[in-house]
Amino acid sequence: MTALPPPSKKKLGLVIDLDTCVGCQACVTACKGWNDQGYGAPLSDMDAYGSSPCGTFLNRVHSFEVQPEGAEAQIIHFPRSCLHCDNAPCVTVCPTGASYKRAEDGIVLVNESACIGCGLCAWACPYGARELDGEAGVMKKCTLCVDRIYNENLPEIDRQPACVRTCPTGARHFGDLGDPESPVSRLVAERGGYDLMPDLGTAPVNKYLPPRPKDRDRGAPALAPLSDLKATGLAGWLDRLLEKI
Amino acid sequence: MHPAPSVILFTTLSGAGFGFLACLSLGLLPATGWAAFFAWGLAYGLAVAGLLASTFHLGNPQRALRAFTQWRTSWLSREGWASVTTLAFVAPGAAEAVFGWPTGDWTRVTGLLAAAMAIVTILCTAMIYAQLRTVPRWHHWTVPLSFLSFAAAGGLILAAPGAYAALACLILGAVLMLQFDRGDRQFALAGSTLAAATGLGPSVRPFAPANTSPNYIMREMIFQVGRKHALKLRGLALILGALLPAALMLTLPSGPVASALAFASYLAGAFAQRWLFFAEARHVVSHYYGQV
Repeated sequence: MTALPPPSKKKLGLVIDLDTCVGCQACVTACKGWNDQGYGAPLSDMDAYGSSPCGTFLNRVHSFEVQPEGAEAQIIHFPRSCLHCDNAPCVTVCPTGASYKRAEDGIVLVNESACIGCGLCAWACPYGARELDGEAGVMKKCTLCVDRIYNENLPEIDRQPACVRTCPTGARHFGDLGDPESPVSRLVAERGGYDLMPDLGTAPVNKYLPPRPKDRDRGAPALAPLSDLKATGLAGWLDRLLEKI
Repeated sequence: MHPAPSVILFTTLSGAGFGFLACLSLGLLPATGWAAFFAWGLAYGLAVAGLLASTFHLGNPQRALRAFTQWRTSWLSREGWASVTTLAFVAPGAAEAVFGWPTGDWTRVTGLLAAAMAIVTILCTAMIYAQLRTVPRWHHWTVPLSFLSFAAAGGLILAAPGAYAALACLILGAVLMLQFDRGDRQFALAGSTLAAATGLGPSVRPFAPANTSPNYIMREMIFQVGRKHALKLRGLALILGALLPAALMLTLPSGPVASALAFASYLAGAFAQRWLFFAEARHVVSHYYGQV
């Protein structure tokens, strides 16, 4: 049923740290790798080795530039995937009931055997989180690795989304954002985590942590202290010798 | 938004078809026998052809019947029910006109219900687009108004060529101008910015894309060819869709020839307008791709 369930107590989601993300695309690759072999139709690639390759991805990393006032310009790498919204517009528009939000943990999923591939849910999503698979003709989206996080055949350390497990800088965090005492909720509170496009009323569960202010203009070149170094030992003797010549 | 031919055909043909069915059900074209067969057949044909066309762009059309299940939340599902209900209510009136079956007063009741449900169907079609907050140009009351005006003009051109049809065409022209004008402001009014999309402040600008060749999102929701020709297409929609049919309705003697000529022009205008309706609409996801 595509009516949204009453807000769940448990809200599983991701917290993405824009301060530590280095844009390495490991999460993109891990996501594609896991979802090629697990839940639902595999994420296909069309014309993979041809002149205009096009593939289905559930997670993509954009890069933006910001120019903070009085500071150096910064590049921000920006991973974008389903935010598992509390008020998910992609769910209510679905004519077949294929698109649904789980009452128990808030994960938004697609029942692929009921999906007619009309694409209306992708239109309704402001975040571009849904992609119609070119091969299977059904809508694909982040499942929050629902086939990993509850999977007792996996070692406990692997029971988290593939993107989180693989992130080499720890820029992605997975947990229950409905519990104010959970590590992810405390992280959001500490760092001022925020919603994307809050005006649209989608109430996303996933949060983004803003980049920390850095590279402030200190009034002198950043490398200035280094130019004052005194060489010692053999280098010092050479330095003094060369000065005299 | 990508202007898929199937969706353009669906919305224009079924819009005109349901408008024509409503007019016929209200008794605006008193015909019997073969004339009635062709009139009701054309109306049914337009409506059904449009509905069938809408299944062409589906990834898995064999499951299309499932689209009837979610009428409580989905405008697309409601549209399915409304269209089938309309076609059912139309049937007694059509049978009476074509076969001359004496049915008594109750066909007038089913005719009124058919006309009402035809309007509901057109509104449901419009709401599929107007409900989307992600496409600010569509999220506006002029969208249902424009879909209704198209249906009324198309229906009256076919069912009652003459002054009323001309008036409906002129109203359609005025509604289109209003829709173009309001639509142009919607994106800015919605406050949709890259800063809101990323939360990175007013200085943010795209640096590198997430992928080097276009993906589904870009093909489906970021379409820019139409915007280049927007003014020309608006002119075509106004002239062919509204002004020329109105002139034909007022000058030609009322009859099938006037209807055919005016309807051909109307349909060309409707195609131009509907193509632009999609091509010109900007989805808020464009921000992430730096292509607003």
